[in-house]
Amino acid sequence: MSTASPSFDEAPAGTGGPRRGAVAWAHLRSVPVGVLLSSVVLLLFLVAALVPSLLETHDPFATDLAASLQSPSGSHLFGTDQSGRDVFSRVVHGTGQSLLIGLGSTGVALVIGLVLGIAAGLGGRWTDAGVSRFIDVLFAFPTLFLALLLVAIFGPGITTTIVAVGVGTSPGYARMVRGQFLAVRDAGYVEAARAVGHPPSRIVRQHIFPNAIRPLVAIFTLGVGQSIAFASGLAYLGLGVAPPAPEWGALLDAGRQYVTEAWWLELMPGAAIVLFALAVTVVGRHVQERLEGNVKVRIP
Amino acid sequence: MSTTVDTFTVAETAAPRGRRRLAGRVGRRLVGAIGVLFAAATVTFFLQALMPGDRARLIINQSNGSLTNPTEAERAAVAERYHLDDSLLSQYAHYIGGLVRGDLGVSYFQHEKVTSIIGAQIGSTIVLTLVALVLAWIIALTVTVLAAGRDNVWSKLASGFQIVSASIPQYWVGTIFLVVFSIQLGIFPVESGSGIDGLILPAITLALPVAGFLGQVSQDEFSRLLHQPFVTSSRTRGSSDLSVRVRHVLRHAALPGVTLSGWALGFLFSGAVIVETVFARPGIGSVLVTAATARDIPLVTGVVIVSAAVYVVANLLVDLAYTVIDPRLKDQ
Repeated sequence: MSTASPSFDEAPAGTGGPRRGAVAWAHLRSVPVGVLLSSVVLLLFLVAALVPSLLETHDPFATDLAASLQSPSGSHLFGTDQSGRDVFSRVVHGTGQSLLIGLGSTGVALVIGLVLGIAAGLGGRWTDAGVSRFIDVLFAFPTLFLALLLVAIFGPGITTTIVAVGVGTSPGYARMVRGQFLAVRDAGYVEAARAVGHPPSRIVRQHIFPNAIRPLVAIFTLGVGQSIAFASGLAYLGLGVAPPAPEWGALLDAGRQYVTEAWWLELMPGAAIVLFALAVTVVGRHVQERLEGNVKVRIP
Repeated sequence: MSTTVDTFTVAETAAPRGRRRLAGRVGRRLVGAIGVLFAAATVTFFLQALMPGDRARLIINQSNGSLTNPTEAERAAVAERYHLDDSLLSQYAHYIGGLVRGDLGVSYFQHEKVTSIIGAQIGSTIVLTLVALVLAWIIALTVTVLAAGRDNVWSKLASGFQIVSASIPQYWVGTIFLVVFSIQLGIFPVESGSGIDGLILPAITLALPVAGFLGQVSQDEFSRLLHQPFVTSSRTRGSSDLSVRVRHVLRHAALPGVTLSGWALGFLFSGAVIVETVFARPGIGSVLVTAATARDIPLVTGVVIVSAAVYVVANLLVDLAYTVIDPRLKDQ
């Protein structure tokens, strides 16, 4: 991706040059149109999550049996469901909970990933070997299956969804964090700090941590999109957040049985998820290139 | 990934007896694979032991559809049958002992052996998964040969396709295919069944994200290889651009993709659950979803362990195939 980006050796943390403002402005002007557009989309999603009433065109819970299963039109942008509820307003209303699930599960995954990855990356040879084997074992479980196992054990619900998706996606993060810490540990500036005689605790705090953690910001951004898509997949199977709640996945689950007569019940909430995931991916990749992270993201 | 590491180990111990070393390598891999499977089964067992609530009561209530407290005699009979009152360690020993004999226990609610329930359904899923893997490779290689190292319409389309295919959930793509080709145009059946015309849409849906990913990896490698000396030398001998790409570069560029096929197979197996649900296709997906909904723990853990086994075996095969495809591993 970022072919010409300098490596970590040349870019230690906290190098704010004298012309910081000018550089920031130049950065902003060079932002591609796609990234700006995606940022606007993300902003809209944020508004929908925080103040849904601003965007809702109808009451998301008001039923109107006379207007059931209407296809998308001017008055019902995304059509209506079997009880005549406005699908667009329900999608808007569900944004908050869906984003919460996405952020929550990515957080869970990142915490597990950090604990395992740092233990392997900074611990001694034997710790690394042990933890790495454990990560290998976690990788043997297809992500979705691990999540489904947790749902079967603890029963479906929002907490289970967050934990299940978080645990399911954590091995990828763990491996990435480990690689990141190993790479930074052997970087030239760390060696230099060691040669100068800085104590290990200071090296870890000042050099290794900031530089190893920085690229994870972008990875977290990319991960949120993946987690939402993943969580909605669980819900699609009927094992996520239960339907009356207009969470995106729950909408998909509820619409599944009407797919032959009312495609919009399935495709419109799905479109919201796709739009969000795409916008997050575009912005995340841009952030990643800007942060000059050399880690390639692979969260299936 | 582990293969690259091994390249070095093999290189370090360079000795003339290539065959014996190969046998040793195969042996080490086999032991490793069994170790991973054993650990996966252990993790699964202790995870399911965390399940809250009284299982005997859950089983009884589910089977007679009531919510009342079962009598002591009813409870004891069920607990006896599923060894629910044994200590955790003795349950674990019983479980691992069963695994070694190829016994995954009895389903809580279907009252049938887990192995026979899975055995009846897994064939259809394996067919779907393999067809999707082949399809993904065909798409990925075509895109790579046409687009890599070029700045044309194809390369722009390809990089767009890779971003989009990675972020679009499979149930959404599948539903679009279903609505357009089955419901509106009527080309394919709405409920897939197990026939060949019911295989096409699910396989394409399943293949797309993997094709995007494999394509990206082999395209990176392809672009890098285009500047290698052996490419320049075959160009100076007068080979056409397409011939250089197909006959020389592609073989090398496919290597990292081959390594990832083991991973891809696990990914496809898990995606199959969703795709099978979209197209109402029989297979392991419906077994798993029904079992997870009913909280039929032995059946869910059974499917999870079988899928882990599929993943481990696939990676083992890929790893061994690598020694055949990449002769450098033998020469060193």
